[in-house]
Amino acid sequence: MYGSGRIIPALIIFVGLMTFPIWYNAGKAQQPPVLVLPTEHTECVRDAQYMRESHMVLLHEWRDDILRKSGPRSGVTASGMQYQRSLQQGCMSCHYDKKNFCDQCHDYTAVVPDCWACHLEPTKEAI
Amino acid sequence: MKKDRRDFLKLAGCAAVAGVGSSTAFHSLLRGEAEAAGLRRAGTKKEKTGVRLGMVIDIQKFLDDQDLARRCIRVCHQIHNVPEFGNPKDEIKWLWTDRFEHVFVKDTHYRQAQHLQGMPVLTLCNHCDNPPCVRACPTKATFKKADGIVGMDYHRCIGCRFCMAACPYGARSFNWRDPRGMDEHGRSFIRELNPDYPARTMGVVEKCNFCSKRLAQGKLPACVEEAAGAEAMFFGDLNDPNSEVSRVLREKFTIQRRPSLGTYPSVFYII
Repeated sequence: MYGSGRIIPALIIFVGLMTFPIWYNAGKAQQPPVLVLPTEHTECVRDAQYMRESHMVLLHEWRDDILRKSGPRSGVTASGMQYQRSLQQGCMSCHYDKKNFCDQCHDYTAVVPDCWACHLEPTKEAI
Repeated sequence: MKKDRRDFLKLAGCAAVAGVGSSTAFHSLLRGEAEAAGLRRAGTKKEKTGVRLGMVIDIQKFLDDQDLARRCIRVCHQIHNVPEFGNPKDEIKWLWTDRFEHVFVKDTHYRQAQHLQGMPVLTLCNHCDNPPCVRACPTKATFKKADGIVGMDYHRCIGCRFCMAACPYGARSFNWRDPRGMDEHGRSFIRELNPDYPARTMGVVEKCNFCSKRLAQGKLPACVEEAAGAEAMFFGDLNDPNSEVSRVLREKFTIQRRPSLGTYPSVFYII
């Protein structure tokens, strides 16, 4: 093969570079982020597993119910805790540390929600 | 069997009479159920059911207190994080004033009283019973709720501005610029962010929502509350004969904006 002395090493280097992230991280499990949970509250509006997987579904349900059907703006959990069905005033009143709560997980999973383009994150005074 | 023309016409005639006689469409026309040109008659033929929120604005009271309109606009725009871009092209309007002859255009008036010309009139979304913007919206971002409020879901708005073209009152504004941004002097367009209410992004249409959030908390719309001292604005259920708006509408002569269009606005004006 003409030029094989250069092509074959170059191909090996190219494949090696392209697969670098795979073999560099091989055998190491990626650590999921440790979230900073609110200290003054122990329960959320639903169980932690549901909130982890489907909080966005819950937010969409709240939005459609409140906006379109004039649904209730507050809810009560099974144990009797009152909460606001609102991202800005409900969720963020407990989870006010957006950087250590929302952002950590969304960075880890590379999900970029556009909630904060309109909704205001809690200010420093609120914390 | 031979069929001649005479027999055929007899049969056809009988069939036609029988058909017309039993036709429900013909009967419903006789009973006046079908409506001309698709216009829905609010409050006359249609059954009055549920809550239909409405507003009455007394123009004269705003003339007596020249600053009242400005105060109403300020409180509305402040609590709803309405940006001020500082030029009429980009302006976002929820509540605003316009000249009388622009608000009550002369398509239904051959002449208007001279003293009314140029008078500032407070205007807002009319929350029509038959809203053209809702029909025009391709994503159902604009919708009519059971209580008569024409709402907006900014999450779903794709910024096509069909609703703006459809609205005959110019009650909708498009965010050409980022409302959370700053002008060339470094001043934010929203002077003071209200942390209880979200802002909007560039590329969505926005409008007055009759303060539906305040209504849910049992309060009156912000402008009505501001004008309460002057008794210049009234708000309530139009279908409830005991509500304040119903009382005012019974006692005073009111007009609406562009009644010829058949949108049936929920905002009434005492001239």
